[in-house]
Amino acid sequence: MSARPNQPERYYNYAYLDEQTKRMIRRAILKALAIPGYQVPFGSREMPVPYGWGTGGIQLTAAIIGPDDVYKCIDQGADDTTNAVSIRRFFAQVADVAVTEDTSAATIIQTRHRIPEQPLKAGQVLVFQVPQPEPLRGLEARETETRAMHAYEEYGLQYVSLYESVATYGRIASTVGYPTMVDERYLMSPSPIPKFDNPKMGDNEAILLFGAGREKRIYAVPPHTSVRSLDFEDYPFETQTWEEDCALCGAQDSYLDEVVLDDSGTRMFVCSDSHFCAERRAAGHVGPMADHQLAAPETEPA
Amino acid sequence: MAYVAVKGGEKAITNAHRWLAEDRRGDPAVPEIDVAQVREQLSLAIDRVMSEGSCYDRDLAALAVKQSRGDLPEAIFLTRAYRTTLARFGASLPVETGQMAVRRRVSAAFKDIPGGQVLGPTFDYTHRLLDFTLAADGETPIEGALQAEEAQAYPMATIASVFAHEDLLEADTRTPEAPEPFDLTRDPMAFPAGRDQRLQALARGDEGFLLSLAYSSQRGWGSTHPLCAEIRLGEVAVEFIPDELGFAIEIGEVTLTECQMISTGAGGVEKAPQFTRGYGLTFGHCERKAMSMAIVDRALRDGVAGEASAPVQDEEFVLYHSDNVEASGFVQHLKLPHYVDFQADLQLIRRLRREHAAREAAMKEAAE
Repeated sequence: MSARPNQPERYYNYAYLDEQTKRMIRRAILKALAIPGYQVPFGSREMPVPYGWGTGGIQLTAAIIGPDDVYKCIDQGADDTTNAVSIRRFFAQVADVAVTEDTSAATIIQTRHRIPEQPLKAGQVLVFQVPQPEPLRGLEARETETRAMHAYEEYGLQYVSLYESVATYGRIASTVGYPTMVDERYLMSPSPIPKFDNPKMGDNEAILLFGAGREKRIYAVPPHTSVRSLDFEDYPFETQTWEEDCALCGAQDSYLDEVVLDDSGTRMFVCSDSHFCAERRAAGHVGPMADHQLAAPETEPA
Repeated sequence: MAYVAVKGGEKAITNAHRWLAEDRRGDPAVPEIDVAQVREQLSLAIDRVMSEGSCYDRDLAALAVKQSRGDLPEAIFLTRAYRTTLARFGASLPVETGQMAVRRRVSAAFKDIPGGQVLGPTFDYTHRLLDFTLAADGETPIEGALQAEEAQAYPMATIASVFAHEDLLEADTRTPEAPEPFDLTRDPMAFPAGRDQRLQALARGDEGFLLSLAYSSQRGWGSTHPLCAEIRLGEVAVEFIPDELGFAIEIGEVTLTECQMISTGAGGVEKAPQFTRGYGLTFGHCERKAMSMAIVDRALRDGVAGEASAPVQDEEFVLYHSDNVEASGFVQHLKLPHYVDFQADLQLIRRLRREHAAREAAMKEAAE
């Protein structure tokens, strides 16, 4: 996409942030990569989108992006969700980068709540938007306490919480933001991705960066690092499965969204990863409702 | 059959922006409001935006108020997102509020104090009756305020100087070798927070939040028994030492509201009983905010980490939740799609319900 000289965003530095700020963020990223899973405090800035709408992820992207990058942005797995569209437009405008929906073509993928179905490869960076970086926050409200718990590797409280879940529900009833242990040292929030995506984090070839703008923390999982979802021997970790297949592409192994079709309970299940689904359909895979209008590609207005 | 739309992000956003612009403009038959009009006639809105936006620029604040359609937290957000990108060329010298050109100064501690009580432009003592002459078309005649017969003292004595002889009020602790003050716009919140960090957070904090906290303290939730020793409003000079010169020059002036709250301190074995202070300072004329800030500042001094008995004394609670740009963004992010998360919850609930039903059925069977 070419530069648009008279857009308001062009009054700002390349990729919006000033160079000093980018340098500060890059230093935090390097520290985060050096201590996998450790939350590095950083001088998070106000961004032109609200806190909670991806300011951490946007700052990470702004700090690492260059004109040769190819940028993909997804929300709930899809490229066409409104906030993903808004953030993608932002970088197309302030960083003059090519944008794509193709997971394999992207060098930087910014995401909220999902990891793409297609495995990532070396050289790619997956940037997570993180609302609450502290995995223990739900159990302990005080930052001063949780920092000490991480320092002493004191994670008993987390296991007690999982046990209580088993005692109450007969299973570990955690569905998104399922706690993980990184490199067998730091307890880490995977951000609110469904636990379906947790196994994709371990031994990944790509760099996983996590940015929490409002909470002012950056953390990371370097390539080929162990990420273990907490569980018990008699209650092993398990991911979500569906009885249905994707109604559009017939996929049996992807995370599905439920789409309510009318007010009498009719529903269909479709891949949450919109690009994954579109590629499968292009390759000839057909689901039971393949001609539904959700399958129609939307073109970006000029 | 009702259809639930889930697609259409691109076009929807573009069109929503257009609609927003239309709504901002309102009825085109009514003349468009000018930024200068906002700056001059909605000046207290400007003051709040400058204070909580941490950026002293009346024109920028007026533009933000206009663009945000009068939504002040939105205007504060616009201002913050702009100021954070500005290059920093240095820090001014600390301003001297003791040297303020005072427009208003009142003390509730003494009937009269050196320099006198100066009411200045205040809503206090107005009757809150709608003035329908303002709604009438055209200029409303304004009777100018009268000039004082006696020139006002300058500099206006501070409440600290009034107390100075008896050592009744704790003194400002000023170390000449003090390190650079903490800067929340560059460093994340850290605990325990120093007073510099606390005061900066409160100065940027949401007026409504601080007001309610201060009020809760007054009602007994961590009371500090505050008394308004002094409020002053006026202009102070801003001085700066450019590297090229090596001495201070005046680069402008800013309007400030300062509030000194005092509380009775019991003292201790080593320390004689003394009044203690809480401090509030804002850009522009933000009296409600400055007073609330001073009460909260004082209340937080009571809170030993982890042992605070009331919300207002709890440093982590107050400082982490006072920023309205952070709070507004995060609360409103719940509007963003969460269907991946919700699907996970749905799945779990359905599964738990199935298991529950199976257990019930098994129990029933066993009973029969």
